[in-house]
Amino acid sequence: MVQTRYAPDRGLQARMGLTMFLLGLVFVAFVTALVFVLLAFKVGAGAIIFFAVILGAGLAFGSLFWSDKIALSAAGAQEVTPAQAPQLHGIIDRICALADMPKPRVAIAQSDMPNAFATGRNSKNAVIVVTTGLLRRLDDRELEGVLAHEMSHVAHKDVVVMTVASFIGIIAGLLIRFAFYGELFGGGRGRSDNNNGGALPILLIVMLVGIVTYAISFLLIRLLSRYRELAADRAGALLTGQPSALASALTKVSGAMARIPTKDLRQAEALNAFYFAPALKSTGEGGPSLSNIFSTHPSLERRLQQLSEISTQLGKQ
Amino acid sequence: MGFLDTLLGRTKPVPPNLDALFSLPTAAITLQAAMGLRPTGTGSVSFRPTEGRAFHDIEADVRQLLAMGPNAAPVEVTRDSYGFTWLVNKHTSDEMEALVTDLHAVNTSLADAGFGPQLLCTLVGFDDDRGRKLGIVYLYKRGTFYPFAPLSGERRDNALELEVRGQVGSDLKIEPDLSRWFPVWGAPGL
Repeated sequence: MVQTRYAPDRGLQARMGLTMFLLGLVFVAFVTALVFVLLAFKVGAGAIIFFAVILGAGLAFGSLFWSDKIALSAAGAQEVTPAQAPQLHGIIDRICALADMPKPRVAIAQSDMPNAFATGRNSKNAVIVVTTGLLRRLDDRELEGVLAHEMSHVAHKDVVVMTVASFIGIIAGLLIRFAFYGELFGGGRGRSDNNNGGALPILLIVMLVGIVTYAISFLLIRLLSRYRELAADRAGALLTGQPSALASALTKVSGAMARIPTKDLRQAEALNAFYFAPALKSTGEGGPSLSNIFSTHPSLERRLQQLSEISTQLGKQ
Repeated sequence: MGFLDTLLGRTKPVPPNLDALFSLPTAAITLQAAMGLRPTGTGSVSFRPTEGRAFHDIEADVRQLLAMGPNAAPVEVTRDSYGFTWLVNKHTSDEMEALVTDLHAVNTSLADAGFGPQLLCTLVGFDDDRGRKLGIVYLYKRGTFYPFAPLSGERRDNALELEVRGQVGSDLKIEPDLSRWFPVWGAPGL
């Protein structure tokens, strides 16, 4: 009997499943509330909701479809050939052969901030981007750990999963904005004949529904993002068989990130969810603090703890 | 990966396909007859060592296993710049069968101990009188072979590789996706 050393983390999967279930629940509640508002007032907010859904779907689809191009240009990254970056390509070649995955495109961003991210709607369109700061700071084993983490994001289709998960959040956010402007400018246009004051409560209720949905889905998406990071850490560490190399890379990167002034990092904010380690300085000192709830990545302690568990598991006779 | 695996962010490690290796001796005969490329008798197995005691022990066992037996060939262990370990097995040019058996023994030992996912590739070397060098690389996870012909300065002799594909296509399962013919520069045994 061939033994296997790769036990899945059931607890993590269960928590991830629960988070997605709750997101689905929020979605259903959101739609129900909107339908209820429409039915109760018969008129009014329909057009606003319609436009929010259309625009939200368009935005989500666009950001998914062009995710590789958007992220490349936002990060100012250039695609590199094997001749330009032989070592980087060599490491990725070997990870692909170990994991039986098609090779993604490889790009380098000229930035001193040590980081890496993977994007693209599927593994055929995937791009892995590393910054020059990361290449300079990490040795080959650590770099391999980081790249395996990013390849796991590609394998888990995290860009698609996170876009779908963010979908309700986007619509709710748009709805808040539209209802707000509708109230400012549109007033009671078209509704004023039967009831002059009627428009205000409808828009207020729509706005309230939007705000509540947005707040809850925001927290759930962040939670989901943290679980996806842990899953990618885990898959990457098992793939290379070197969890400690990834742990060492994480410590190095986080240590170096904390010293960088926030002014430079502001540009990176939009890309945070896909980054290897978040660019924004976290003040959380472990434990469930407020900043942990809002962050896209798990705390360093949590990630290191998981990696050391994997290390023990791999070393078992 | 299934839908549920994607949804829950879990990747199962890919098990290696081991038995296809035994088609190598036939391919070696074809190569020699059709193109004058002789086996060098050297073959190597490349794998990614994991950290910890367990893998270290298995590695030692495998080396011991190969060093035993009546016609044991010398075994060399090298580490490349990517952190992969290469077990190089040196037989003589006409011992293709024995070489493949040895390589297979390495694979099964690692796979039986649960380290099958750590196997990267196996490489068997060929050369000819004109100084051309060729490696037939076996990708465990795909269960396919591809030719790799390095030239000086990290360039590949693509013409030779494609010619070899044409010749041994009926003996070996050649990797159809050319983007997966990844180079193994400086691989021991080439």
